Amino acid sequence: MIDTKTSPLNRAAEAVARSTPSRLVKRVTGLSDRMVAWLFIGPTMVLLLAINIFPLFWAIGLSFTNYRANRPNEPVESVGLRNYERILTDPDIWIAMQTTANFVFWTILLQTVIGFGLAYLIDRKFRGHAFWTTIILVPMMLSPAVVGNFWRFLYEPQIGLFAYAVSFVSGIPPTEIEMLSNVSLAPWSIIIVDTWMWSPYVMLICLAGLRSIPDYIYEAAEVDRASPIRQFLSITLPMALPFIMLAILFRGIENFKMFDMVNLLTGGGPGSTTEVASITLKREAFEKWRTGYSSAFAIILFVAVFGLANIYVKALNRVKQR
Amino acid sequence: MTRTLRAALAGVSLLSALTVAPLVSVTAAQAEELTLCWAAWDPANALVELSKDFTAESGIDMKFEFVPWTNYADRFLNELNSKGKLCDLIIGDSQWIGGSAENGHYIKLNDFFAAEGITMDDFVPATVTGYSEWPKGTPNYWALPAMGDVVGWTYRKDWFERPELQAEFKEKYGWDLAAPTTFEQLKQIAEFFQGREVDGKTVYGASIYTERGSEGITMGAMDVLYSFGFKYDNPEKPYDMNGFVNSDGAVAGLEFYKALYDCCTPPGAANSYMGEGVDAFKSGQVAMHMNFAFTWPGLQKDEAVGGDKIGYFANPAGPGGDRFAQLGGQGISVVAYSSKQEAALKYIKWFANPAVQAKWWSLGGFSCLKAVVEDPGFAATQPYAQTFLDSMAIVKDFWAEPAYASLLQASQKRLHDYVVAGNGTAKEALDALVADWTETFEDEGKL
Repeated sequence: MIDTKTSPLNRAAEAVARSTPSRLVKRVTGLSDRMVAWLFIGPTMVLLLAINIFPLFWAIGLSFTNYRANRPNEPVESVGLRNYERILTDPDIWIAMQTTANFVFWTILLQTVIGFGLAYLIDRKFRGHAFWTTIILVPMMLSPAVVGNFWRFLYEPQIGLFAYAVSFVSGIPPTEIEMLSNVSLAPWSIIIVDTWMWSPYVMLICLAGLRSIPDYIYEAAEVDRASPIRQFLSITLPMALPFIMLAILFRGIENFKMFDMVNLLTGGGPGSTTEVASITLKREAFEKWRTGYSSAFAIILFVAVFGLANIYVKALNRVKQR
Repeated sequence: MTRTLRAALAGVSLLSALTVAPLVSVTAAQAEELTLCWAAWDPANALVELSKDFTAESGIDMKFEFVPWTNYADRFLNELNSKGKLCDLIIGDSQWIGGSAENGHYIKLNDFFAAEGITMDDFVPATVTGYSEWPKGTPNYWALPAMGDVVGWTYRKDWFERPELQAEFKEKYGWDLAAPTTFEQLKQIAEFFQGREVDGKTVYGASIYTERGSEGITMGAMDVLYSFGFKYDNPEKPYDMNGFVNSDGAVAGLEFYKALYDCCTPPGAANSYMGEGVDAFKSGQVAMHMNFAFTWPGLQKDEAVGGDKIGYFANPAGPGGDRFAQLGGQGISVVAYSSKQEAALKYIKWFANPAVQAKWWSLGGFSCLKAVVEDPGFAATQPYAQTFLDSMAIVKDFWAEPAYASLLQASQKRLHDYVVAGNGTAKEALDALVADWTETFEDEGKL
């Protein structure tokens, strides 16, 4: 049996009730504190159920059918596990998953290194550091649609500044630097843009971590004549690690479902070179209209992200407890 | 009655009148307004102009909902699937006809045509089959052919006519530089111009369709594949595709399209469709340009590349002498969920009128009415008119099945993977396409 008094919802309701000003409580006569709290929480709960929980269960139901959203008049038949079986045995789906994993790995690696490096520099509190912090944060404040279109022009081999800059350094003619249409370069074109846009986000989280390290620890290390490298390895890195791991978690989840930048820059091409799982999902759901099949794919992705995130959070908690 | 009560009543009456009057006028206006949905492109602007005559004649206002090509299918197929009432009339893509007929999105027009004396014999046969019939080859009509369109080519006539280039070309290839009559010649011309300096600018051979997201590379590659021997299925056994989709001729055609892409397109042209093609031609980057005929009126008027500088030719022949071209274009249908079907049918009746069709052509639309296109003076009306006629005579269309979206996405993937990304061989790409299409037809219960 569920203990309703200690359930999280009731605890939340009581917390809201405690924080409600007493004058307001007095004015709502005839209602208990708990009822007032439920009135406040209720709309959010209803919205959450309607927008998140109900569609999730609906999608789970659809994943066992042959339903197509573009054929509303056709009878919907149960196909059992056939959609799941097809997805898990489809080589194209596995290629898309590999592509996604590659993107997640490289973007996170680069963003963590660059983001932490920037945070470490900004934390030095040099003259004008506030100005430079703002400048560095600009890319993540831009709309992905703007960033995607902007970089598409930059990558343009005939008129793009990126191609000319690389040509200037490497001596390769700019028309040969086809970032978006070359099979080897296209994945990197997306990794570069994502890193440019989101390293500042990682920097922000890492900066919070670095600023939370008390100065007296460094002062004690100075007294013990610890070298700067020793201080970095023994104090800075371990104490900022939970923050770095948190940034990796956020970026990992975001990049696993990366869609906008890929769609804008390459559309998954050339061929299927940059077709990440979310692009495949969109094509199945809204271009081929295989709603049942794409629901099954979405559930598989959800379970994968949820499972990996849970394992990661457990690791994060272990690091925090050390 | 007290003065206060009277004042209050007067106030309520006035408020009611102010509230109700606009509602009444809106209801009256609703019956006198039709919404027509189509893609946002040059012919749509011509249709807006043309429709002013309909409003003047009938008193019915026309409202237009135009969506860019990249979102056209998504936007309007969603609208139809959700049984939306936004569109009273829709000019839907030719490949939608099967799904829209079977899912009840369009009303069947046979009775209306019979009652109004509109006969499909008056329209170019390929456009009737392509835009109106479902099932194909049967007299079941769901649309009136509205905008004839077909893939063809434009070329820089001014460059082709330069004596120094002509001499150099003749010396290199042994034939006169002119509009190609075979795909092999087309490739030679493209190679000749690739990377050449013309008027101090580096130019390239040809702009061809390579777009991945919607339908681009399929619409482009099929032009070559058809003429090299590709067939959708066994003429004797529908949906039997092995040996037809992946025949030796089809494989050679796909290899040719890749060779053309590799040798002779501008840098970065890996995702090029109608808009990118027009940009490449208008900016003087390419000697030849593959595109649907609807782009021709705009290019003809262009100051930089139009007028005497531009020439047109229909798809050249494949190695066996076969010539085919990919059909584009659309028919106009009445949406089954519209509450103004009667007024919408009035528009179709008006649009089918030969005088209206003649004006449609003069404004930049591509009429499908025989009375217009078979008029002895038609070929002389525009520099591209003869090429349009030649191209319309050799059309083939993609699957128009209800599952066309799945079929199209499969071909987009397989063709782009091979042509642009260079993965595998042409035979492997077409074998995979047969497998994809077979699976789709199995799901549809047709195999």
